[in-house]
Amino acid sequence: MGVMTRTVRTGLLLTVCGVSLLAVSAPGAYATGMPQLDFANPLVTGQVFWGAIIFLVFYLVLSKVMLPGVARVLEDRGQRISGDLEIARSAKHDADKAVAELQQARKDAMAEAQAHLKTVLEEEHRAAEQQLAQINARLDTEIADAEKRVADEKARAVGALKDIAAETTQALVQRLTGVVPDAQLVAQRVETACAPHTI
Amino acid sequence: MAGGSSINVLEQFELHPVLGGLGEALRFSQSPLYMIIAVCLVLAFLYFGMRPAAVVPGRLQAAAEVCYEFIHNMALDTIGPEGAAFFPFVFTLFFFILAGNYIGLLPFSFTFTSHIAVTLALALMVFALTVVVSFKVQGLRFFAHFMPAGASPFLAPLLIPIEILSFLSRPVSLSIRLFANMVAGHVMFDIFASFVIMLAGFGVVGDVFAIGPIAINVALMALELLVGVLQAYVFAILTCIYLREAVAH
Repeated sequence: MGVMTRTVRTGLLLTVCGVSLLAVSAPGAYATGMPQLDFANPLVTGQVFWGAIIFLVFYLVLSKVMLPGVARVLEDRGQRISGDLEIARSAKHDADKAVAELQQARKDAMAEAQAHLKTVLEEEHRAAEQQLAQINARLDTEIADAEKRVADEKARAVGALKDIAAETTQALVQRLTGVVPDAQLVAQRVETACAPHTI
Repeated sequence: MAGGSSINVLEQFELHPVLGGLGEALRFSQSPLYMIIAVCLVLAFLYFGMRPAAVVPGRLQAAAEVCYEFIHNMALDTIGPEGAAFFPFVFTLFFFILAGNYIGLLPFSFTFTSHIAVTLALALMVFALTVVVSFKVQGLRFFAHFMPAGASPFLAPLLIPIEILSFLSRPVSLSIRLFANMVAGHVMFDIFASFVIMLAGFGVVGDVFAIGPIAINVALMALELLVGVLQAYVFAILTCIYLREAVAH
């Protein structure tokens, strides 16, 4: 801007000097009337006639051919942009739906897995309990058997003890007295001696 | 003219028949010739600009589209929804004047917008169009425009002649504004250019001083580029404003 202003100012100064120079040396510059106002000249009025034709042709070509062409291009672009936007919008909608479906499927699968896990756990639990009960029952019967066997052995041992006691008594009596005691009597006495001990 | 005593700055506006006798018989001067050139340039610009019809426009197409949208927005914003019907007319008017103004800036060419006959014809065409449209849209209510709404009836004898006068002076102001601007610009060009030639007759001193008028003419060219588009815009926007009044209910 500064350069421009300076240029114009310098130009004006030089012009003023130049014009002063011309004015002192070459007076008598003149101008004739304006050719535009010379309406007697057929060329001046001829402009209106030709101008009307040219303007009309210009208008018709523009309004019938050129401007609708431009409008079509602009309209096509607008439609294309809005169409693309529509496609993008529907694609986004589809994507959103797919994501929602995916999430739903994941949730369902998770719930299903949870349920499955629960049933399996319960089944295992029940099976374990059943097995435990079976083992307990078997152990109970085995314990009972063993106890019975112990009792039997004990009874048998106790029975054998009475025989041994009778024999021992008989042998003692024989050694001490030299008389063989009556076996039945010895057995009866041993029985009597053992009774309070309830062996 | 070099070193001579005459500066005939109005010589450039003189009309000469084209093609000798034929042009004289048809009243065809260089002025209609430059109208044809201007119109062809605008049409070629639009044709070659819009030929690709691309969705993503190139430079020329973008320029053509900017021109279209500029006038389209102006017509629709100023006139209203009815502006679409007048858009081609406003577009034609704007580019006819713009091309005329700009083509005249080329050396050895002619500015047809510097002729009052042309600008007055254009202004009268606009005036006639607004009057016809007014009568068509508003009928006899058109005359109500000459009495401003809300004004005191006692002022009517004063207001109505003023309004009629201002209405009738529209084509005059419209045509003289454009004509005077173009004439003034070209006269200035011619005056400063003449100074250069005349100063050349003064030897070295004159040559140095001659730089001044040349610099002025360069600056004037920038100004005239602005004036050319501004006057075309003023003509078009005033046409739009007159048409808005015409289509208003």
